[in-house]
Formats: sequence, structure tokens, C-alpha cells
Amino acid sequence: MLHKIFALAVSGVFVGFTGAALAHDMADMVMPALAHAAPAQLAATEPNAVTIDNFAFGPGAITVAPGTKVTWTNRDDEPHTVVSADDPRTFKSGALDTDDSFSFTFDKPGTYRYFCSIHPHMTGTVVVK
Amino acid sequence: MTTTAQNGTTRRRVLQCMGWGTAGILWTVSGGVPRAHALDAGGPEPLAAADFSFIQISDSHIGFNKNPNPTPDATLREALQKIAAMPKRPAFVLHTGDVSHLSKPSEFEAASGIMQTTGLETFYVPGEHDTIGDDGKEFFSRFSPKGAQPGGWYSFDQNGIHFIGLINVVNLKAGGLGNLDAEQLSWLEADTKGLSASTPIVVFAHMPLWALYPDWGWGTDGSARALATLKRFGSVTVLNGHIHQVQQKVEGNVTFQTARSTAYPQPAPGQGAGPGPMQIPADRLRSVLGIRDIDFVGGKPALADTALAS
Repeated sequence: MLHKIFALAVSGVFVGFTGAALAHDMADMVMPALAHAAPAQLAATEPNAVTIDNFAFGPGAITVAPGTKVTWTNRDDEPHTVVSADDPRTFKSGALDTDDSFSFTFDKPGTYRYFCSIHPHMTGTVVVK
Repeated sequence: MTTTAQNGTTRRRVLQCMGWGTAGILWTVSGGVPRAHALDAGGPEPLAAADFSFIQISDSHIGFNKNPNPTPDATLREALQKIAAMPKRPAFVLHTGDVSHLSKPSEFEAASGIMQTTGLETFYVPGEHDTIGDDGKEFFSRFSPKGAQPGGWYSFDQNGIHFIGLINVVNLKAGGLGNLDAEQLSWLEADTKGLSASTPIVVFAHMPLWALYPDWGWGTDGSARALATLKRFGSVTVLNGHIHQVQQKVEGNVTFQTARSTAYPQPAPGQGAGPGPMQIPADRLRSVLGIRDIDFVGGKPALADTALAS
């Protein structure tokens, strides 16, 4: 609670900063509020990293080279999953509780849609090319 | 006397739907729509001998271990103590899902052990927290009643009221909401086909069966067909959990009611960045947790939401 209040209170101050190092160092405390205040600047610090904040994948779409390992990390107090929308599923995580991660290596080029099977309105895309 | 109730239902129809009582009492009726009253304000009304009551418990989230409530097992026990203190013993308990937080067998085991302390028969439907990774296999093996359909849905009757447990948290589709698939909807049509329109209906499911706030996933795909099936009945009460707060909507003869959690609150629809556990000072937590008592008096449901503390 205190963290969130603090983060909300100060997010306006940080909105003007785009430094990845700042976002990374302050990640635990500030990321949720920044996600709300300035989604464009929340892009994960690594091009192959996706975070889950406030019931949303961020960034919602990423493009990677074949052979890249993509890692999703849940920063919500709510469990989520990362599940391929393809039939059959290309990849499927178990329950990701707070701060849990899931990784999948994309070898073949293509467009991979995925979603949270618990909260299916949460969707994202990985483009491999 | 007027012959038409508020929603256009004829007085004769209201009498048929209620099938009871004196004309004097009927003036409190509006097409079988349940009325809510607060237990906190004045206590429950006395029940006639043939009447009965039941309890709705929801979103116990056993296994959740963070603020604002690291011990949801303790608050679930407190909720069940409210039942023990009631003047009339309820006929049974409905648990409208999210029994567990992470679908772990140990969480189901703990929740089941606590729920058994009521000594009351308990009917469950799963929430999305109960079906993670296995489409509810573990949940159904523990909590499905005898006679449940292979997909987990079921119905039963109590004192002339038809109860229907629906499953809207499995096989969810990317970009969608909660889901009632075609097989379940067909079953619903068959299940209710032979019932008189005057039979009071209670539907219970985890996610709301109306578009409460789709941006946060608070709704159910397929619910429109389910409601079309139930439209002909004079009294339909839909009980849900999922959003951890009391919300009500009336649509014709159908009343939608969401219940509080026994674990933690969530924000009001659209308030804040997203759903999920809402932080609240410890001394206020119990004022936003609670249970629901539903009294069927003469075939008419009266709902009372009671917080764990004022």
C-alpha cells in the first residue's frame, strides 16, 4: 500500500525520465505506477522481456530474431499465465504468481499471438523475423 | 387495484409466479424481482415454516498470502462463524468460486477442511483461480456434486426453487471474457424446458453474466443466449462472485447480484489502473469482506449482504 501510494505520488516526477537504468533500478517500487502513467516509457528494459502490470502485457507486441528467448515476468499481485492462442498451443506457462517468470525460445519465424488463460482479455503478440 | 406491475407483468402473472400469499403482501412484489435489505440495519425477517434460506460464499482465495490479507483462511473462518450465529439454520451453502488462489491441491484441501466446519451441504462452481493449468480437473474431482455433467455444470431443486450451477471459467478464448460454450447452453435449454414459467430460478456462476466491465474482463461470452433461455421465467436470480464487491443489475425479471469476497476487495469498475487485490488499511479490511444470506419467503428471494465487521 505504502509503496503504491508513494509510487502514485511521485510518478509525475518520473514521467519525464526515459532512462532505462532508472526504470530498472526502481522497478520494484515504481513500475506499476509508471505503467499507468506513461505506458510508452514502460517498454521492458530488454527487447526480449515482457512484464505484466495491471493486467496487461508490456510491451503488448515485440519483434525478435529467430532463436530469441523471450521472458515474461508477472509484477501483479494476481496470478497470470502466458498461453499461445494457436491450436495446438505453441507454448503454455503454468500459473505465474507475483514475480514469477516464464521463458520460451522462438526458433521459427512467424506471428505468435498469446493471452492469459485466466484473464483472456489480456493479449499480446510476438513477431519472429 | 391495478393489474399491471412495474415491468408490464400482469397481476395474474405475478400471482402465478409467486404462487402464494395474500394480496396485501403482493404489493411488495415487482415481477419476482428480489429486494435487498441490510442485515446490519435491522436483522432478518421472521421466516415461515415452509420457507428456507441459503448462504452464498465467494472468492475465498485460500493460498493468497499478500496484503491486504495474508491470512484468507482466518477471514473465511470468520465468515462461516456468521452462519453459525444466524437465527435460522440455512439449508445449504453456495460457493461461487475462487475457492483457491492458485489451483493447488493443498489450497483445495485447506479450503475444503474449513468449509466442512459449517456442517452444511455446500455446492461449488469454480472460479478462474481454480482451473489454472488443468481446466479444472482437480477442482471438479473434489467439488463436483453427483449428477454433474461432464463439463461440470449441474442443477438441483430445493423447496420448489430450481438452482442451476454454470461453469464460465474454462476453455477461455484469447481476447474474450468468461465463457459459456454451446454444449453448456444447449444443456441449459434442455434442463429448463419442462419447468413451469412460475418456477423461481437461481443461477450461480463465478463470473458476472452481464457486461459489468468488459475492459477488465468482467462479463461472460454466451451469457446473452443463457438469458434468452431464462427470459420466460417470472423470477430469475443470478448470483456471481469474481469482482469482490456488491453490484446489482435488474433486467426484466432477471436480477444479477455479485457478492463480496471473504479474502480481499477489488476496485469499483474502472476505478484505478486495473482489477486485482485492492490495498486497504487493516482496520477496514473486514468492512469490505462478507457473506450473503438469501431468504426464500413464499418463493420470493430476499438478499442480505453482511460484512465481517462494520
